[in-house]
Amino acid sequence: MSDILDQYAEVVGTNVMDHLGQLAEQLKGLKVVHVNSTKEGGGVAEILRKFIPLKQALGIDATWEVIDGDQDFYQCTKGFHNALQGNQVYLNESQLQAYEETNRRNAEKLCPILEDADIVFIHDPQPAPLLNFCKNRRGKWIWRCHIDVSRPYRPVWKYMKNWVSSYDASIFSLPEFAQRLPHHQYLISPSIDPLSEKNIDLPDEEVRAVFDEFGLDPDLPMVTQVSRYDLFKDPIGVIESYKLAKRLTPLQLVLAGGGATDDPEGEAVLEMVRNAAEGDPDIHVLVLPPDAHRKINALQRASDIVMQKSTKEGFGLTVTEAMWKGKPVIGGDTGGIRLQVINHYTGFLVSTPEGAALRVRYLLHRRDRLREMGQWARKLVKENFLLTRQLKEYLALMISLLIGEHERLELCDECPF
Amino acid sequence: MENACNGDNENDCTSEYYQFHVRDCALVSIATGHRAQNLREFAHELGEVNPGSIYHHFWGRLMFPTFAEPEYNNDFASWASHALHEKALAERLSMIDPAEHDDIESLRREVIEIVESRLDESEMVPWARTDQQFHFLRSQIVVLDTGRVIENPPDLSYVVPELTRGSVFYHFIDARRRTDTHSDDFSAWLEGFEGRYSDLCRKLEALDPYFSPLEEIQVMLCELFGDYFGNGGYK
Repeated sequence: MSDILDQYAEVVGTNVMDHLGQLAEQLKGLKVVHVNSTKEGGGVAEILRKFIPLKQALGIDATWEVIDGDQDFYQCTKGFHNALQGNQVYLNESQLQAYEETNRRNAEKLCPILEDADIVFIHDPQPAPLLNFCKNRRGKWIWRCHIDVSRPYRPVWKYMKNWVSSYDASIFSLPEFAQRLPHHQYLISPSIDPLSEKNIDLPDEEVRAVFDEFGLDPDLPMVTQVSRYDLFKDPIGVIESYKLAKRLTPLQLVLAGGGATDDPEGEAVLEMVRNAAEGDPDIHVLVLPPDAHRKINALQRASDIVMQKSTKEGFGLTVTEAMWKGKPVIGGDTGGIRLQVINHYTGFLVSTPEGAALRVRYLLHRRDRLREMGQWARKLVKENFLLTRQLKEYLALMISLLIGEHERLELCDECPF
Repeated sequence: MENACNGDNENDCTSEYYQFHVRDCALVSIATGHRAQNLREFAHELGEVNPGSIYHHFWGRLMFPTFAEPEYNNDFASWASHALHEKALAERLSMIDPAEHDDIESLRREVIEIVESRLDESEMVPWARTDQQFHFLRSQIVVLDTGRVIENPPDLSYVVPELTRGSVFYHFIDARRRTDTHSDDFSAWLEGFEGRYSDLCRKLEALDPYFSPLEEIQVMLCELFGDYFGNGGYK
């Protein structure tokens, strides 16, 4: 086994890696190309950075291409992103032209590679029109949508649908996100990488160091929410729940999120959060740089309970991260949080600050339950939400697309068909 | 079931040459496009969806994120309880045992019957929140040969603990819709040993897979084979 396969085998077990090997055996030597719009930053790039070497180690000829664009292009695609998540965004003709022109220009460079590939994965809306420009394509093309499109702004979705309808299949993260499209829509939930800086095991001293670094009290129970400063993440509700719980249970609250300089709305929310926290030395509002992965990792590990009290959430990978670290999660009863927080087992689903406060008090009072739920949380993630599971589903999907769309695909000589 | 013989001619098979080929499988979920916001829509869509969707929500779910102690053991019952707050309906749906049905259409009819009875009893049509629609899914199964072969039944006691979830699903769950006798692959294989393991087959038949997640099913199988053949494997 190669080094990278060995590293994952240590975390997920050899059975899982053997299973991946068996699936990949069917795809050996195939040319698989992933295309997205950024090499750095964002969840897609993070996943691809691991997927590509893993697929290569499994014998698949996998490569990763990135399209480039100018400011107009990225403004337009940011508009798409917001609109597909439900915001009313008006895009003018010149923005759409910049979008199409950028894709046409990138196609000139990429078409020879893409037309030669057996399978092409196009990630998110940015490179979606590429298919239209690669007229001599021979392989299967799949549009992978990572965005919550459960309630898209319809005019923008209608425009986007024109580009994605011609694909051979699409992939969405949750059933709620699937749309009416003339091809198979596969469902593959996101995952976390157990070997990334965000999730890798840390030495105890590195975890303990966050108490000094951020002025936290090592003797006080710690509740943490990690998320950007966004009203949908309900940071004000988290502070309210902390204040309610604190009347009877000593504790401290950490809100950790990224900077908000390029996001006027985020800056306003951060200001609201700081106002709500004012005067309480046990509320710590942290603004961390986007690459502070190990710090976030250490904060999650140093916490007793992790909260994700969102009122709207796509999947909620911060929930997955916390659960992987053996923390019970008190989460908003919405979106992908429901898939992960199994009420009363891996944490609690709540709808109000009062509900969250009650669960905080309960877990801090019942340490046995806190530990037990943390163990269940880690087990659930290990079995369902690690990168290897997502890769397994990608491999199965590729086999399915290449071999046929039967309900059963039996890849062994003596299997009954 | 792969009661595969070494010989080319099936008639050549004797107990000594019977082999159990261990398979593994992966499931891929596919959206059917059918969804329901309320109980009436749910009843309608139940009649329309691909039969694979009915199977998925009873059995295929075992291969997807689940938990050791699910409150309800099929997705229809869970939705009735959590999204519609219809506890009575959830309990009735939960009592359906899919293993009792010879085919999916008969199972589909029973689900529809229960849902329609509840609609008849209700003053109002139970409705789910916008973000709690029921999404009918189906799945594709990809079956692989692990290359592992079991020559002797006592080997089951040490091979089964090492199986993946996919293998347990394929041989103990999927087998029931794949074989004419609707039995699991282990029983079908053991039946071929001229009655030598008929008591073990009866014990296997008594294992109800419907109420447990795959991990628990695997534990039950390990205990059963371990007890029967002894810890070292050979009785």
